Amino acid sequence: MFALAKQLSHLGVLGINRRNADFVLPYNDRRLYLLADDKLQSKQLALRAGIAVPALYATIEIQRQIRDLSTILAPFPEFVVKPAQGSGGDGIIVVTGRKKAHYRKANGELMTEHEMQHHISNILGGIYSLGGKPDKALIEYLVKFDPVFKDIAYQGVPDIRVIIFLGVPVMAMVRLPTRQSDGKANLHQGAIGAGIDIATGLTNFAVQGNKNVSEHPDTENTVIGIQVPYWDEILNIASNCYELTGMGYQGMDIILDQEKGPLMLELNVRPGLNIQIANRAGLLPRLNLVKENRDALNSTESRVSFAKMHFCSKSFL
Amino acid sequence: MDNKKLYALAAVLILTALAVFSYKILVLKYPLQPQAQTDVWSIEARLRFDAKGKSVKLNMMLPQSGRAHTVVDEQFVSSGYGMNTRKAKDSDNRKVFWSVRRAKGEQVLYYQARVRPAALSKGAQTSEPPPLTENTFTEAQNVAAQTLLSEIRSRSADSETFTVELLKRLNEHYTGVESSEDAVVLLGKRPDLSRKLDVAVQMLALAKLPARIANGIRLQQLARSVNIRQWLEVYYLDQWHAYDPVTAVPKIPEDYLTWWWGNDAFVKLRGGENISSRISVKLNKETAFSGIVERGADRSIVTKFSLMALPVETQVIYHVMLPIPIAVLLLVVLRNVVGIKTFGTFMPVLIALAFRETQLLWGVFMFCFIVAMGLISRFYLDRLKLLLVARLAAIFIIVVLLMAVISILSHKLGLHRGLSIALFPMVILTMTIEHMTIVWEERGAGQALQQAAGSLLVAVLAYPLLSLEFFQNFLFIYTELLLVVLAITLLLGRYTGYRLTELWRFKVLARGVN
Repeated sequence: MFALAKQLSHLGVLGINRRNADFVLPYNDRRLYLLADDKLQSKQLALRAGIAVPALYATIEIQRQIRDLSTILAPFPEFVVKPAQGSGGDGIIVVTGRKKAHYRKANGELMTEHEMQHHISNILGGIYSLGGKPDKALIEYLVKFDPVFKDIAYQGVPDIRVIIFLGVPVMAMVRLPTRQSDGKANLHQGAIGAGIDIATGLTNFAVQGNKNVSEHPDTENTVIGIQVPYWDEILNIASNCYELTGMGYQGMDIILDQEKGPLMLELNVRPGLNIQIANRAGLLPRLNLVKENRDALNSTESRVSFAKMHFCSKSFL
Repeated sequence: MDNKKLYALAAVLILTALAVFSYKILVLKYPLQPQAQTDVWSIEARLRFDAKGKSVKLNMMLPQSGRAHTVVDEQFVSSGYGMNTRKAKDSDNRKVFWSVRRAKGEQVLYYQARVRPAALSKGAQTSEPPPLTENTFTEAQNVAAQTLLSEIRSRSADSETFTVELLKRLNEHYTGVESSEDAVVLLGKRPDLSRKLDVAVQMLALAKLPARIANGIRLQQLARSVNIRQWLEVYYLDQWHAYDPVTAVPKIPEDYLTWWWGNDAFVKLRGGENISSRISVKLNKETAFSGIVERGADRSIVTKFSLMALPVETQVIYHVMLPIPIAVLLLVVLRNVVGIKTFGTFMPVLIALAFRETQLLWGVFMFCFIVAMGLISRFYLDRLKLLLVARLAAIFIIVVLLMAVISILSHKLGLHRGLSIALFPMVILTMTIEHMTIVWEERGAGQALQQAAGSLLVAVLAYPLLSLEFFQNFLFIYTELLLVVLAITLLLGRYTGYRLTELWRFKVLARGVN
């Protein structure tokens, strides 16, 4: 057991305690948490900074509005419903179309008007928010995801997670929904996490749960060696995020739209650590390297090129 | 990060705690072993009489603190009677006075108290010598007494040997020796013990020694009815000295409890008849800790400003409250070092507190049963599409009903435990059910059951800490040790190592490299 701990420590694997004590707490001002936790606020912030986000169709803030839900939703053939303060993809419903009075969900299931109302009412009641605080429901543009991932995603929308430390994108992965994860890009539920080489934007390893995989279990296509499109743009958005939020250690979720390119989905104050498994690399050496060089890393360009130079997969494996 | 300040703070906290702790042990001589037991007796005096339908007045002697015992927690069970306790004007006796305007038929009154060994020295010091007993001898008796006294005096060296010799002479007829004529004149033909003591007191008065008759009981293991015993007390060298009147030994056993002095009756009744009294004694073992608490024996400032100075009801609450920090520390370790997942942050500790009421096994069963039933109803309620708050309230009501059903069923089955659930906190159960359904729906049944099991495991581990009397007593006396708990918690707040569960989670990384 101690040998294992020693080995992990030697590899620079970051644990929850150290992440919180040495990175989240010292580098993230507590007042900024709200910004990241509330998707509505982070969306507005990103818009002001010129970062593309999925368009916001409507916000539902009070129970009274639920009665008029069908009128509010009428203009949009497809959309996403999500709680403003949800975490880990909880409470998100993707509507891809309609059938008579029903909404068609991404997995093909139908949902009645009544069920939709109940779901949004739950969101407002705070069922998905941290600590059960009353919440808002956001109605958003449904991303038409880039065909590059079409063959390696089951139903849902794959997204790209980038860990950003002091404005430097230190590690990234793409999360691919599977049948097991019910079309959600959530690693806990069985989605595939594929590490991305920062220098090239190519996927290099993939895991499902704690297992190494090389093919998508549902589509049987390889998930290794896929070039993530718009990679440089993604790195730039990620790097800009530091100035945008002022948080030193954060995770950013990006989604690739067929027409609009990379869109920022949400920010995360305590991004998960499974990204290390997907990349087969520890975060700690990369974080320390950034910390040592932080004085030189004062512009987006310098930070992106620093990341590309140091965080290719070869340099750590 | 600079951890120096934290280490310094932790060191200060620990040193402060240890300083107070060792002061209590080394200087104030607090007991370290909570198992160290002291004897505590419960005594009860029961009075029974028939009232004549008129006003009733009665008084009864009360036991005395002093010598070797302290009387605490006195209680009088006497419904309908006016009651007051008073110290007698002419002696040290304490009495309870009961009165009622009108009473008819059988009357039963009780007096209850607890007696524990006193920390005080042997006898209470009196500043001036007590008065000599008045002489009630006849002329002839006086002459006999003087003769006897001079004989005794010639054979004794001091007050002690004098008293011993006197008692021997008065006891001669017991030992088969022919009583001297003088003794017969003084005592009469067949003297009983109290007559003998009476004579002894008066003769000691003639010898200028204050003396008195003491009445008391012997503290035994268990006795439904104990006899009142009498002995002699003589005052010299600024102290009362007790003598066994039969053996003439200048001391009486430690377990004799003085009840009153003099020849007065134990009970006096007016307005009733057929009075009978019975005194019963029962020995209880008690931990030495509660001993200090009640005695408040030492008057050190540390004791005065401790929890022991609080009223007893408040003390009881602190007995429950003080171990909670230790359970919370355990929770921190299990969550941050081991990595067990639980519902809510402190929910497991609250669940463990709830187990205190029900005992562990029954509590776990109860918890599982109610949460399972609650989950089922929660999933059904989900179909009804209720608003969040109303749904929570509905679960709450269902939980209350479930608890009622359990109590009724277990009562009918003769299981006493089921009744204790009434105090099982419903809010905790309701929140657990709600929390569990959300995790169930969003993260799957596996995660939900894992967290439920984690919460239950932590609660079960925390339970002994909360319910062991050892911890309760120990922390009650040595509350400062909570500063150590605080220091450890602060240090754990900067623990940046892996959690045990993370080792398992990242195992694949270590393997991947090899």
